Amino acid sequence: MINEKVIEVKDLVKKFGSFVANDNLTFDVYRGEIFGFLGANGAGKTTTLRILSGLSKPTSGDVRVAGFDIYRHAERVKRHIGYMCQKFSLYEDLTVAENIMLYGGIYGLPKKLIEGKTTELLESMDFTAYRKRIIGDLPLGMRQKLAFAVAILHDPDIVFLDEPTGGVDPITRRQFWEMIYKASADGITVFVTTHYMDEAEYCDRVSIMSEGRIVDIDSPAGLKDKYRCATVQDVFVKIARPSNNKTG
Amino acid sequence: MRTILYLIRKEFIQIFRNTFLARAIFGIPIVQMVILVPAVTFEIRNIELCVVDKDMSTESRQLISRIQGSEFFLLKHTTFNEKEADDMLHSDKCDMVLHIPENFGRNVTREGNDKIMVAVNAINATSAQLAWAYMRGILQDYNAELMVQNLQTGTPARMSFIETTNRFWYNPSLNYKYYMLPGILVILVTAIGLLLAGLNVVREKEMGTIEQLNVTPIRKYQFITAKLIPFLIIGLIDLAFGLLIGKILFNIPFNGSIALLFLFAALYLVAVLGLALFLSTLSSTQQQYLFVVFFILMIFILMSGIFTPAESMPLWAQQFNIINPAAYFMRVIRMVMLKGSGFSDVLPDIRGIILIGIGTISLAIWRYRKTV
Repeated sequence: MINEKVIEVKDLVKKFGSFVANDNLTFDVYRGEIFGFLGANGAGKTTTLRILSGLSKPTSGDVRVAGFDIYRHAERVKRHIGYMCQKFSLYEDLTVAENIMLYGGIYGLPKKLIEGKTTELLESMDFTAYRKRIIGDLPLGMRQKLAFAVAILHDPDIVFLDEPTGGVDPITRRQFWEMIYKASADGITVFVTTHYMDEAEYCDRVSIMSEGRIVDIDSPAGLKDKYRCATVQDVFVKIARPSNNKTG
Repeated sequence: MRTILYLIRKEFIQIFRNTFLARAIFGIPIVQMVILVPAVTFEIRNIELCVVDKDMSTESRQLISRIQGSEFFLLKHTTFNEKEADDMLHSDKCDMVLHIPENFGRNVTREGNDKIMVAVNAINATSAQLAWAYMRGILQDYNAELMVQNLQTGTPARMSFIETTNRFWYNPSLNYKYYMLPGILVILVTAIGLLLAGLNVVREKEMGTIEQLNVTPIRKYQFITAKLIPFLIIGLIDLAFGLLIGKILFNIPFNGSIALLFLFAALYLVAVLGLALFLSTLSSTQQQYLFVVFFILMIFILMSGIFTPAESMPLWAQQFNIINPAAYFMRVIRMVMLKGSGFSDVLPDIRGIILIGIGTISLAIWRYRKTV
């Protein structure tokens, strides 16, 4: 099971004019794993994420997501993925239940199932009291957890998370990662970008990007061994910002 | 289909949860009907008149009292001083000066003719022409009366003249409100369609919520349909609301079929909403969108024949109106409301608006991209 590839990327290039955002990326992601996608600001993480989720077209290269070619079957890919944007993008003027109902409906889930899932979700997050609250009124951490719950509502093969815990307090971050683990245990592949290196330690494998290229991919333990560092944070500083390393 | 219903439901929740928008949807028709309909009129009343009466004879007073008797003129000032009268005209204190020369009365009765002079402030050419036309009417009447008097006092002669009577069809009392109200309704429906729908989509772009929709397997036509239907319904409700206010406040006649008008209005809204959605795919901020729509709205409305008949515009303007949806609606709403035109009368317009609608909707679907 672990060797089944759900994302296959070969020689992916994305250019914006003369700027190369993704420079010949090649990597695979396996079913059920938590794949950390690390890199400094502007390294090209979000660009890759958008290409994988069909929001952006690559300049060249082969990309297959959930078994479908991203060029020819972008819309089919979308049935099998969930996506959580860096910017909060549920409807802030709708209630919690209305947002869930809307996205459940868009993915074609039966109404009864959506209602059942809503109750189940809210109970598991201790949110039952907030069912009819407008999302815009809720604190950030709660909104991010809801956005994640909505992103996996339709049981996708893969969920893409773009800095899901940015600005979230440590306790809520932990709870968020518990949700990620649970999703992973349910067989959902998690593709996550983050700037928090403690979160990187939770991943099965991480890739570190710098200036549009992937510098290395391995398990956190493998990386620490290879670069003789105590933490992923040290690895990151060592290889993601070579210029910093030289001057420091 | 279910997807579209979920999306439409979401739009309605959002629109009516936004208290400002919900109020504006019902407030705008009231304000437009109450303020614009009575204000936008070509009727000229209360033309301010200054009279230079150097004669002070029975005849000159008769003439002046006739003018005062008409509902169009207001005698503002009487003077002997021509310069004073001219100054009043220059300084915009009156709209028209009537010069009656010395010995006017004597010349008219004894010699059988004399001349008077009328000066009109023609900064607004239309109102100047109308004022002059009203004045000429009064002078002609007076002239005719003098002739009859002369006949009675002697000089027997046969006077033959053609008496004309006229009747104004479709708006017998020449009530401008009946003409303008349908036009204002066109503005209302057009503005609701162009602004609400387009701004809604651009707002989703600004908020980033459209990105979450774009990663779902939602189809382009589903998205466009779901954005179109709520505003189509709101536009029709506003039209009904405006008509109701028109009936209550101005007792506007409605000679044709209400169903036909709403059928046409629905087709019209599809065309306008298609354009709005197309333009929204081109704009990334609400500011950009408003700027573009402002110009389009102005061109559409002014060229549609709301004030000046489209038939008397230059040929190129009439040709432009082939692609101007507002021109179709302007024509049809007046035909149906004032003339009672039926389905077969407006069939060419129905065909035209359907073609425009197909065009704008296709553009909107083609240009809407799920990628960024």
